Amino acid sequence: MTTEAKPREEHIGSVKTYLTVGVALFFLTGLTVAMSFVHLGPFNLVVAIGIAALKGSLVALVFMHLYYDDKLYLTIFIMAILMLAFFIVLTLFDTLRRGDIYQEVARPYSSGSVMNPAAGSDTTAAGQSSADSTGSHSNATQPEQTPQP
Amino acid sequence: MAEQPGFLQHHFSDVRQQQETAKLGMWIFLLTEILLFGGLFAFYTFYRAWHPEMFYNAHEHLNVVIGTANTLVLIASSVTVALAINAIQHGRRKQTMLFLATTITLAGVFLVLKGIEYAEHFRLGQYPGKFYSYTGVEGTNPHIFFSVYYTMTGLHGIHVLVGMCVLSWMLYRTWRNHFSAEYYTPIELTGLYWHLVDIIWIFLFPLLYLVG
Amino acid sequence: MSAESISVQTEDPKVNYLNVKHGIKSWLLTMDHKRIAILYLWAIMVMFLFGGVLAMLMRLELLGPGADFMKARTYNELFTLHGAIMIFMFIIPSVPAILGNFALPLEIGARDVAFPRLNLASWYLYMTGSILAVWAILHGSVDTGWTFYTPYSTKTSGAVILMVFAIFILGFSSIFTGLNFIATIHKLRAPGMTWYKMPLFVWGLYATAIIQVLATPVLGITLVLLILERAFGIGIFDPSMGGDPVLFQHFFWFYSHPAVYIMILPGMGIISELVATFSHRKIFGYKAIAFSSVAIAFLSFGVWGHHMFVSGQSQYATMIFSFLTFLVAIPSGIKMFNWVSTMYKGAITFETPMLFTLSFFFTFAIGGLTGIFLGATAVDVHVTDTYFVVAHFHYVMMGGTIMAFFGGIYYWWPKIWGRMYNEIWGKMSAMLIFLGFNLTFFPMFIMGSQGMPRRYFTYPAKYQIYHVMSTVGSWVLALGLVIMAVVLIYAIKWGPKAGKNPWGALTLEWMIDSPPPPHNFEKVPKVEYGPYDHDKILVKPDKVGVGV
Repeated sequence: MTTEAKPREEHIGSVKTYLTVGVALFFLTGLTVAMSFVHLGPFNLVVAIGIAALKGSLVALVFMHLYYDDKLYLTIFIMAILMLAFFIVLTLFDTLRRGDIYQEVARPYSSGSVMNPAAGSDTTAAGQSSADSTGSHSNATQPEQTPQP
Repeated sequence: MAEQPGFLQHHFSDVRQQQETAKLGMWIFLLTEILLFGGLFAFYTFYRAWHPEMFYNAHEHLNVVIGTANTLVLIASSVTVALAINAIQHGRRKQTMLFLATTITLAGVFLVLKGIEYAEHFRLGQYPGKFYSYTGVEGTNPHIFFSVYYTMTGLHGIHVLVGMCVLSWMLYRTWRNHFSAEYYTPIELTGLYWHLVDIIWIFLFPLLYLVG
Repeated sequence: MSAESISVQTEDPKVNYLNVKHGIKSWLLTMDHKRIAILYLWAIMVMFLFGGVLAMLMRLELLGPGADFMKARTYNELFTLHGAIMIFMFIIPSVPAILGNFALPLEIGARDVAFPRLNLASWYLYMTGSILAVWAILHGSVDTGWTFYTPYSTKTSGAVILMVFAIFILGFSSIFTGLNFIATIHKLRAPGMTWYKMPLFVWGLYATAIIQVLATPVLGITLVLLILERAFGIGIFDPSMGGDPVLFQHFFWFYSHPAVYIMILPGMGIISELVATFSHRKIFGYKAIAFSSVAIAFLSFGVWGHHMFVSGQSQYATMIFSFLTFLVAIPSGIKMFNWVSTMYKGAITFETPMLFTLSFFFTFAIGGLTGIFLGATAVDVHVTDTYFVVAHFHYVMMGGTIMAFFGGIYYWWPKIWGRMYNEIWGKMSAMLIFLGFNLTFFPMFIMGSQGMPRRYFTYPAKYQIYHVMSTVGSWVLALGLVIMAVVLIYAIKWGPKAGKNPWGALTLEWMIDSPPPPHNFEKVPKVEYGPYDHDKILVKPDKVGVGV
C-alpha cells in the first residue's frame, strides 16, 4: 500500500527528551505551588505567569515539535497569543481607567470666547462642578448659560 | 506511474504535501481555540483587576491539592501521547495502543477529580450565577469568581472530554491497523490538540488556584 | 509566449463539473469546491432576498412619521433581523463562500481546496445556522438590534438564546472557510505560482481568512457568555448581577469590527481583478495592493473602540482607538489610488462588471471617507446613533462590498455556467442599482447630520422629505436587483454559450473550459507569467461559443 510514499522528513523525537521534559514540567509545577505561599505582592502574579509560560513553551516547543518543524506553525502559535494579548491590553485601557471620566470638571466658556462671546461671566458656582465619587455628572445643566447654537 | 498510497487524496500531488497541509490546518484550528479560550482569560483579567480582594478571598475555597494533582495528571498525559506518536513513528502498533490507552485513562482521571471538586462546590452552595448561595466569601459579588471558574474549567473540561473521544477513536483505528510508520497523521494531529488542552490548563491552574 | 500554450483540455470536452453527475445526492454530498460554491450561491441569495424584503418593509413604514402599519416593537424586530441576516447570512459569507470557493482553487492552479470535506461541512453549518436563525426570527420576536447590547439583550423576552446560538453556528462556518483558504493558499499553489504571481483576489481572500480565524472565535465565546448570562446570570455583562455592559461591547466589537473587513477585503480583491481586466492593463502597484490587504487585516484589530466613543469607556481608550482608526484608512486609500492609476492609459471597455467597478470607486470612496469623519471623536459624539452612521455603513457595505460582489458575479458567471448573460440588460441593472442605491442612502447623510436617530420608527415631520427620497430610492434599487436576478437566471439555461475567456483576462481560470471540467486541470499547470501581464501577452477574448 505504501510503495511509493515519499519518506517523511519529520523529526522523530527521542523518548529520553520527552521524559526529561516531563520531569521538568513536574518540577516546575511544584515550584509554582511553592511560590504561591511566598508573599510577593503583585509579583506573585508575575512569577506564576512566568512559570506557566515556561511550562507552556516546553510543551509547545518539544511535545508539539514547534522547535523542529516548519517555522510557519510557530508563527501561527505566536500570532494567536499576541492577538489575545492585544485584545486584553487595549480593553484594559478602558476598564482600568474608567473611573477617570468621573473626575472631569466642566468649565464654562470664558468671556470673549470665540464660540460664545455673549456667555461671558454668567456662570457662577453652578459651572464649577465637583467630582462626585459616585460618578454623577453634576455639570449637566447650567441654566445661566446661553444654549448651544 | 507508480501506485499512490490509498490514503493520498486526489487533489494532492504527493503524500508529503497532504501531510504538511493537514498539519497546517490543525495549527490554524489550534489558533482559533487559543482565541476562543482567550475570551475567558480576558473575562478573568478584567474582573480580577476590578475586584482583586474578592478574587483572593474566593480562590481560597478551591482545592489546591486536587488542582495540583490534575496538573500533574495532564502533564503526564501529554508525555504519554507524545510517546504514542513516537511509537507509531517506529511502527510499533501495540506500544502505540498502550500509550494511547494510558492517555485516555489519565484524561478520565482528570475528569473524575474535576467532578469531585464540582460536587464539593455544589454541596457548599457555590453554584453558577444566580443560583449561588454561599455566604463565606468576603468582597463584592463573589459569585463572579465562581462564574469565571466554572466557565473556564467547564469549557476546558468539555475539550478534555472531546479529546478523550478522539483519542479513543485513534486507539480503535490503530487497533484496526490503519496507521503505520509512513502514515500516522491523524494521531499526530490529535496529539497536537491534546497538548494544547494541556497548555491551557497550565495557565488556568495558577490563575485560579494560586492567586498570590 | 501565448496564453493558449497552457493546454489543459480534458479528454472529453463535453464533461464539466455540472453534468458529470446528476441527482440531488451528487449535490448534497459533493466535495467539489465548484458545486459547493453553487450550493452557497442559492442559499445566500435566498437570505439576501429575505433581508432585502425586510428592508423594504422598514422603508415603507418610514414613508411617513408615526406608526403607519406596524407597532414599534415590530419595527425593532425588523431592523434586528435585517441587520443580523444581511451581516451574518449574506455579506460575510457572500464573496468568500461563493466566488472564493469557485475561483480560488482555479486561480492558483489547484484541483480543489485543501480540505474538501471541511468545505462541505462549512456549507451544512451555514444552512443549520441560517435555518435556526430564521426560525428564531419568525417565532421568537428578537428586538435587540443585531448588536445584542446588554443589559437589554439579557433581559428582554424573545428567543435571544436561540438567535445567538444560530449565529454561533454560523461563526464556525466562517472559521472553517477561513482555515480552508489559508491552508489552500499556502500549500496548493501550482508550480511557478509564487506569492507574487498570485492574483490579487487570492491575496484578498488570504487577508480575509486571517481575520476570519483570528476574530470569529472571540465572537463565539462572546455569544456563549451572553447565553450563559441570560440563562444563569453569571454576572459578566449584566449590571444587576455585578457585570459590566460596556465589557460586552468590547467583546462584541473585537470581532465585529474586523468582521467588516472580512466583508470588504474580498470585494477589494475582486475590484483588482476587474479593473485590470477591463482596462486591459497591468495592475498598478501589485505589491502595494497585496501588502495593504494584509495590513488592513492586522490594523483592523485595533480599532473596535470607535464603535464605543459614547458608551462610557475611558477617554484613554477613546483616544487610542480614534488614532488607530485613522491609520487603518491608509491602506484602503492606497488601493483606491492604485486602482484608478491602473485605468490611466488603459484600453477601457465598459461591460457590466466594469460598471460595477466604477460604481464601487464612487460609493466606496464616500463610504470610506465618512468613516474617517466618524473616527474623529469630536464629530462622532454628534452623529453617532444617527442616520449618518447608517448611511456610512451602507455606503461601505453595499456601495463597497455588494457592488464588487455583483461585479464579480457578472464577471465569473460565464465561467460558472458556460453561458453568457445579456449585456444590455446587465448594464441596465447596474445603472439602476447605482442610481437606486445613491437615492436610498445619500439623503441619510443629510438627515443624520441634522439629528435623525437610527432605529427609530417615527420621526418629526422635518425629516420626512429625506425619508420619502430614501424609500423611493429603495424601489429603484429593488427594480435593479430584480432585473439583475432575471438576467442572471435566464442566462443559466438560455444564454448563448460562452467560450473559455470572454474577457481576455490572464488568470488561470480563463484558460480552461467554461464550465470547468470536474477536476479543473487535467495536468498541473506550470505558471510562467504574472496574472496581469497584459503588457506582455495579448489574449483575444472569445465571448461566444467557439469552445464547448
